[in-house]
This record gives sequence, C-alpha cells and structure tokens, in this order.
Amino acid sequence: MLELTRVRAGYGSFQALFDVSLEVRRGEAVGVIGPNGAGKTTLMRVISGLIRPTAGSIVMERVDLLATPPHRIVEIGIAHVPESRRLFPRMTVEDNLKMGGFLPAARPKARRRFDFVYELFPLLRERRRQLAGSMSGGEQQMCAIGRALMSEPKLLLLDEPSAGLAPVVVDLVFALVQRIRAGGVTVLIVEQNVQQVLRIVDRAYVLKAGSIRAAGAAAELRDSAIIREAYLGV
Amino acid sequence: MGIFDVYLLEALINGVLLGGVLALLSLGLNLVFGVIDVVWICYAELIMLGMYAMYFLSRVYHAPMVLAAAICIVTVGVLGVLLHVVVIAPLLGAAPINQLLATGGVLFFLQSAATILFGIEFKNLGVRLPVLKVAGMFISYARLLAFGAALIGMVLVYLFLRRTYTGTAIRAIAQDRQIMTLMGVDSRRIYVITSALGGGLAGLAACLLVLQYDVHPFVGLSFGPITFLICVLGGLGNFGGGFVAAFVFAEIISVGGLYLDLEWGYVFAFAFFIAMMFVRPQGLLARRS
Repeated sequence: MLELTRVRAGYGSFQALFDVSLEVRRGEAVGVIGPNGAGKTTLMRVISGLIRPTAGSIVMERVDLLATPPHRIVEIGIAHVPESRRLFPRMTVEDNLKMGGFLPAARPKARRRFDFVYELFPLLRERRRQLAGSMSGGEQQMCAIGRALMSEPKLLLLDEPSAGLAPVVVDLVFALVQRIRAGGVTVLIVEQNVQQVLRIVDRAYVLKAGSIRAAGAAAELRDSAIIREAYLGV
Repeated sequence: MGIFDVYLLEALINGVLLGGVLALLSLGLNLVFGVIDVVWICYAELIMLGMYAMYFLSRVYHAPMVLAAAICIVTVGVLGVLLHVVVIAPLLGAAPINQLLATGGVLFFLQSAATILFGIEFKNLGVRLPVLKVAGMFISYARLLAFGAALIGMVLVYLFLRRTYTGTAIRAIAQDRQIMTLMGVDSRRIYVITSALGGGLAGLAACLLVLQYDVHPFVGLSFGPITFLICVLGGLGNFGGGFVAAFVFAEIISVGGLYLDLEWGYVFAFAFFIAMMFVRPQGLLARRS
C-alpha cells in the first residue's frame, strides 16, 4: 500500500533520515520504534508531505507522493495525527473535526463521519462545543485522531499518540487504535512506548540515528536484543 | 434630562456609530494579519481608491448608489488580491521587515498615483443626507447608515467564518499555519481569498466613509493610523479584540471631544493607546497562551 525506498530527508544542512526503506501493506498495523531524535517524526512528515525528501521515492497505491502537492496527499487517503496533536486550540472540538473533513470529497459525507467519530469517542460529542485547547491531554489526543478520521483515510499515521499521557489514558488510546484498525484502516504508528506499541502492531521497524536498524514481527522484536541495544544507546 | 446629559448621550451614541465603522475598518486589516501574517500598511490607501471609485461612479457616471457600492466593493476586493499576488506572495518567505517596507512603498505609490490621476482637490459625492432630531439629540443619518451597513458587513463576515469550510480554514490557519496541508488545505488559495475579503471590507468601508468625508489622495492618513492602532490595541490578529477596541477608541474620541474640542478626543484616544501599551502590550483581549 505504502512504500518508501531509500528516502533521505533533513532540515537545512542537518540530515535526519538516511536511505530509509519501509513498507506498509493494506490492513496492517506497523510500528516504528526508536529513541528520541531517531528521525521518527521526520519520517511521518515526509510521508504526509510536510517536508520533502532530498532523495528516494514514496509511493502510495501506485501514486507517486513526491509528485503530488503536499495538500493533496490527504486526498490519496493518508491522514496524519501529528506529534503533540497540533489541534486548533481556540476552536471548538466540532470545528477541529470539521477541518479534518475539509476535503471537497469528504464534505458530503460530513454527517456520517461526525457520527462515526462521535461513536468512537463519545466524549467528543459531549465536548463538541468546548474549545479544544481547554481539554485534557487524553481528550485532545482523541480529538486529534478523530480529526484525522474525518477524511475517511485508508492509512492513518500516528506520531507518538501516547506522549505526555497518564498510563491509564495510554491504554485507552492504544485500545482505540486497535478498534480503528479493526474497522479497516491501515495504521503506521511511531512510538517511544515500545513494549505497549509492540502489543498492538503486527510488524515494526527499529529506527535509530536516521536509519532502519532492524525489522520484524512484533512478537519477535519484543524480546530481541536489538531493542534493548537501541534504547540503551550502545 | 438636563441639557448636559443630552449632549453626553448624543456623544455616547455617536461613539457607538463611529465604533461600528472603526470596527469594520479594523476587521479587514486584522483578517489579513491573522491569516497571512502581513500588515497591509497601505490598507487605508485601498480605502482611498475605493472612495474615488464611488466618486467617479456616482458623481461622474451617475450610477445608482447601490450599484456603485457593489462595484466599489468588488473593485477594491480585486485590488486586495492584486496586492497579495504582486507584492506580498513573492515576499512571504522574506523577513517581516521587507513585507512592511514593501506595503509601505505601495502606500506612497498609491498616494502619488492618485495625486497624478485625480489631482489634489477635495471631492465629494455632493449628497447631503439629513440629520435626524431624536429627543433633543442630533444624529447624522449618514452615520446611522454607515453604522448599519458596517454591522451588516461584519455579521456577513462572521457567518462566513463560522459556517463555511473556507471560513473555518481561515480561522484555523491563523492558529496553526504549518499543519494546514494535513487538512488538505492549500494555504496559498486561502491567502488569496482572505486578501479578496480584506480588500472587499476596505471597499465597503470606502462606500461608508465617502458619505461623510471628502476624498483626496491623502485621506488614507486620516484612517490608516487609527485602524492600525485599534488592531494593536485589540491584539493584532484577534478579531474579537479588534471589535471591542474599536468601540473603546470611538467612545474616547466621541466623549473626550465633548468636553473640549473634537481634536482633543483624538489626543485622549492616542494617549490611552500609549498607556495601554505599558499596561497590556499584548492587547485588550489577550490570548491565554
């Protein structure tokens, strides 16, 4: 479904990704794990078009994403829940969700998408008139995921959805990600919370210092030495 | 009611009427700043051109007032788009000071061009609207009309910003520019629409101001600084703040002018502005960040 081949990217003279190749198949949940500063967020941004790679290729269902204007990538079916959520803080929950369904193709379906998101996150329905910035971290994370789902994506990119949340809320967010995935949405998730994310994904890649150091089934990676090594920074 | 109370009430009412027009003026500038992050220094000169458009359409070509107003709004809206596409867009990546200098340059360019094209004589529509006498007070019909039209204009913009997808995107982009592409929004398109809206508001303001004031190439200087100060007082880019600040300013001008000369009202208003810069530099309705 999504294929990255030898992608290089960075900011100015700083290179964050070195020849990263990665594949996500339809219906899968794939994790990318790695320590702080490994390039995980850059990887997500490169896929959703927020930054352009300096080399390599990114293809989603035969569409060359690098030949697609960044604002049209969501039309292809990729929705990105960015790091630290990035809600519109002084807009209501409802308006935030509305922005997620901004695509002309999504507008006629807006009613159904609102119902879908409110069913998944009943709390958001209660809070729909509340300013997004005034909610708790967990509520904001749900709103951010809900906003991404408004465009009816085929592939959902989640960047550190558990960051800054209380352990109970983290469990809740991961459970919801599993439900979304069970509903037919392919998921690519970047996490520092390794043990937990490996319980909900099928496969995972280990990213360190901008390159893929290991890949494999989640169960294998869970007790492999590579993970410990990556995290201890040896 | 004592004679003094009548004067005070009249001044208060006139303050509200002036506030409505100032609020309209500041809304256009605020929208552009909030969305594009650029201050149109030449904003009042767009209004000046709109006033000339009204003068020519109505006085020279004898177009009906409503038609003239519609053409004026559209014309200045197009000027807003031209300003964006020709001057602002190429400088979006440049330092903010360059954008300020460029729109400042446009200010002098438009003033000079207007002087050459239209001459320095003061011109007016030659219509004298009646003055209403209500309970011993004199209320100018032109001001009442301007207030009503400004209010309608602002309500329409409000509804546009609240109800439509494009309007929601305009509010959103003012809060987080970078992630708009993730929503599938082409920011460049939103900038052009906002510029058209900002220009259109300047056009509407021109229609209302030309009813009360003569037009000349430097008339922008009468509105430009005060509009800018209102936006700053309200917190640049904060639409609600600008609205409140416009009425605060207008009341100070109107009531302050009651006790001494009219000019003193402006002295008080600007002194208030300077004092507020010390007390609340972030604006009247500061955002909690």
